[in-house]
Amino acid sequence: MFNRRRILLWGAASAVLPGLCASVPAWAEDSVKIGLILPMTGGQASTGKQIDNAIKLYMQQKGDTVAGKKIEIILKDDAAVPDNTKRLAQELIVNDKVNFIAGFGVTPAALAAAPLATQAKIPEVVMAAGTSIITERSPYIVRTSFTLAQSSTIIGDWAVKNGIKKVATLTSDYAPGNDALTFFKQHFTAGGGEIVEEVKVPLANPDFAPFLQRMKDAKPDAMFVFVPAGQGGNFMKQYAERGLDKSGIKVIGPGDVMDDDLLNNMGDAALGAVTAHLYSAAHPSAMNKDFVAAYKKAYGNRPGFMAVSGYDGIHLIYEALKKTGGATDGDKLIEAMKGMKWESPRGPVSIDPETRDIVQNIYIRKVEKVDGELYNVEFATFEAVKDSGKTKK
Amino acid sequence: MASILTNLFDGVAYGMLLFVLACGLAVTLGLMNFVNLAHGAFAMAGGYICAVLVNNSGWPFFAGLPLAFVGSAAIGVALERTLYRHLYRRSHLDQVLFSIGLVFMSVAAVDYIMGSSRVFIKLPAALEGQINLFGVGIGRYRLMIVVICGLLTLALQLILAKTRFGSRLRAAVDDPRAAIGLGINVPQVFAFTFAFGCGLAGLGGALSAEILGLDPYFPLKFMIYFLIVVTVGGSSSITGPFLASLLLGIADVAGKYYVPKVGPFVIYTVMIVILLWRPNGLFGRTAAR
Repeated sequence: MFNRRRILLWGAASAVLPGLCASVPAWAEDSVKIGLILPMTGGQASTGKQIDNAIKLYMQQKGDTVAGKKIEIILKDDAAVPDNTKRLAQELIVNDKVNFIAGFGVTPAALAAAPLATQAKIPEVVMAAGTSIITERSPYIVRTSFTLAQSSTIIGDWAVKNGIKKVATLTSDYAPGNDALTFFKQHFTAGGGEIVEEVKVPLANPDFAPFLQRMKDAKPDAMFVFVPAGQGGNFMKQYAERGLDKSGIKVIGPGDVMDDDLLNNMGDAALGAVTAHLYSAAHPSAMNKDFVAAYKKAYGNRPGFMAVSGYDGIHLIYEALKKTGGATDGDKLIEAMKGMKWESPRGPVSIDPETRDIVQNIYIRKVEKVDGELYNVEFATFEAVKDSGKTKK
Repeated sequence: MASILTNLFDGVAYGMLLFVLACGLAVTLGLMNFVNLAHGAFAMAGGYICAVLVNNSGWPFFAGLPLAFVGSAAIGVALERTLYRHLYRRSHLDQVLFSIGLVFMSVAAVDYIMGSSRVFIKLPAALEGQINLFGVGIGRYRLMIVVICGLLTLALQLILAKTRFGSRLRAAVDDPRAAIGLGINVPQVFAFTFAFGCGLAGLGGALSAEILGLDPYFPLKFMIYFLIVVTVGGSSSITGPFLASLLLGIADVAGKYYVPKVGPFVIYTVMIVILLWRPNGLFGRTAAR
């Protein structure tokens, strides 16, 4: 079947063909390819689905041509496993010759792709992962999501100013949880607050009972909570079961626990929880109302903060291409993205020209019932918050 | 003092839950000598059956529970008759590979059909909150778990020790050839036992959704806990896994409460110490076969 001559012929052809393509660059010039790497299966799949949905929605609304170029999305599923991310990024860059890599559900995935972005000199647009260090790992990384420092420091400041003196913390024991804890502690204790109890919950923890009992016995004014999105519902239910809501221990934290995606399933236990975050589906701007309505119409549920990060991520790519007149040179695109300002469904945002990280408003919100559904209702705004994980240096 | 008792109660409830989830595995692994790592998949099936009935079709929670049992048992029978029985005589490695493959298929199938986000079963209001008994906080839901699981354990023990079916099962396990010679339909007894184990897992899955969470990765996430219960308890009786579950549940809760920094490792430490002391588990006998 496979005689030696045929193999040789194929070998020769595959060696020559890429060379041919490279010598005729006009072929690739009509389209811009974006390699989108997201967790579409596995525990982080809701992140991937939200971002993918939001990008599709944006492209329906704004069309798929920018500056004369057709935008082509190549979606790959890495299931949030960094080894997959690296392999997929490599395939996208080498075989598909993408002009951008984008997506990245978790920090290790974003980090795994960073050296490839540097090597290939193409922008890596991070739309989800939230630890501070990410943008420092490659001069080609731009982020449109958030950092945990942004929301955790703000809730720390807010808590001390609003009569919360003693806080017990319950955070998941992995990088984002530890980030959230460190930044919260710094700001909360600097303002005169006291941490009365600190518990780190293992990531694969089935039952919160003993940890919650410890929280209850420490009798704090509030508990600071960060658990990965999926566990938020279980946590809130057990919090209510143990009567912590009735003993007056409030839940505060960065808004990941109260993601719009999960909020409605948590039940009334979540009522009254105060969190600081970049986005709520209840954000009262006209632009957001349109965004939520369009998203609901297309996908049947409301968008969460991951959806808005994806929506802004593709917007940034569109605007950068407009600015370069369709040129896909990585350095020019990154230059174009630096300092870019726009109005997002979450409010005004911009890209910090020094750190390439997003600068955005952080809102303090409280879970309330609106039209029979639970929403994070915003009641205070901290404007143009930078990532304090980097600005402190 | 009150918090000690609350913790003790939480530990007992957690242990009971582990027992119902794992005792089916003790039966297949210990009594039938079949390594069924897909046990958690039946627990997940029960959880999703109950969730769909209660959340989507409006069934009351207490009607969902027996159906979780029946549904998982039915899936168990179907798979036992079509797939599992071909593997009884194969090596343990084949059984492990087959059942772990089944786990991955169930994960993918549930992810595809039900979506990957976590599912919560709507509970009746009567099961929410805590009862305060002399200062000891007792969760209503956990109390229900203790009652249901306690009754189940008693019933299981009675069935195995006192009924005709129990003696047939024990005979079929101890010496299948002699049992066949005495006119016992061994394949039928095994099929029934397997289905019963799957049903228990399904009931456990439905009960655990509230406390452990229910998503398509359930069978993989909790496989380790099932195996710990069975190895520590020894797999030749029901009492062994029962006491092991209680011990592990209490140790786990106490460890996480009193020494939260190392709490998650307490359960593994207990396992290692017990296995060093009694390599066949607390109540294990040295294998007769």
